[in-house]
Amino acid sequence: MADKPRIKLPKEAAKGDVIQIKTLVSHVMESGQRKDAQGKAIPRKIINKFACEFNGKPLFACALEPAISANPYIQFNAKVDEAGTFKFSWTDDDGTVITAEEKIALKA
Amino acid sequence: MKAINRRQAFALGGGFVMLTLMPMAADAQVTNDAAKWIEKFTGGKAPVKGKISLDLPEIAENGNTVPLSLSVESPMTEQAYVKEVMILADGNPNAGVATLMFTPLSGKAEASIRIRLAATQNVVAIAKMSDGSLFTEQKTVKVTIGGCGG
Repeated sequence: MADKPRIKLPKEAAKGDVIQIKTLVSHVMESGQRKDAQGKAIPRKIINKFACEFNGKPLFACALEPAISANPYIQFNAKVDEAGTFKFSWTDDDGTVITAEEKIALKA
Repeated sequence: MKAINRRQAFALGGGFVMLTLMPMAADAQVTNDAAKWIEKFTGGKAPVKGKISLDLPEIAENGNTVPLSLSVESPMTEQAYVKEVMILADGNPNAGVATLMFTPLSGKAEASIRIRLAATQNVVAIAKMSDGSLFTEQKTVKVTIGGCGG
C-alpha cells in the first residue's frame, strides 16, 4: 500500500469548463467474502469513502462497498469557475485516510 | 486447437461442476438485501424508469473488474441537480456497490467506476434529484468468472 494515488486532470481550464478527473488508488479492497488456505474468512478491508473538494467546497463523493474492484478507479467531472485546489481523500475501513491535492489554473 | 490432455479435462470437468452449481447459488442470492437498500434510499417511493444511461459490458469475462459508466440527464445547477446515485447488484452477496454523491460543482452527473460481480445478474442504478424525484435503470451483465472469492 501507500503508493501515491494517481490523479489525472488538465493543468488549466477555461472558466466554466467541465473537466474530467480520473483517480486511481492502490488498495486490495478485500471484500470479506474470500477465504484463505485454511478456510478462514479473510476480514474485510476496503476503502469505504472517496471524497473530492474544490477550494473547500464538496464537489463529488462516493460511498464504496465491497463490490468495488481492487485498486479503485473513479472518474468524475468538475465544473471549473475559478482557479484553485482539488483535495482528494480515500478513507479506509481502519480509519486511515489517503489524501492528495491537485491544482488547476484558469486559462488566460 | 490442441487435443485435450488429462489435466485440461479435469479443469473442464471442474468448470462444468461450477457452472451447474452457480445458478443455484445465484437463485439463493437473488433475495439478497437489494430490496432493503432500495427501500432505504427511496424511502418507499417508486422510482420512474429513465433519465439514466448505464453503460456496462453485456458479457463480462472477469467479474473481478467490470467497468461501469453512468450518466444522468439533468441540469447541474443550484436549482436542479442530481444529488445521489445508488448502484446495486442484485446477485452479489451484498447488494450495495456504490453511492455517488454529486453537487452542482460536478458540472455533469457522470462517473465511471469498476465493480465486482459474483455471477450473471442485474445491475441497478437509482438516481435521486435535488427535488426528490427518483429515476432508475437496470442492465443485465453475463459474468463468465465470478468476482467474489471462489
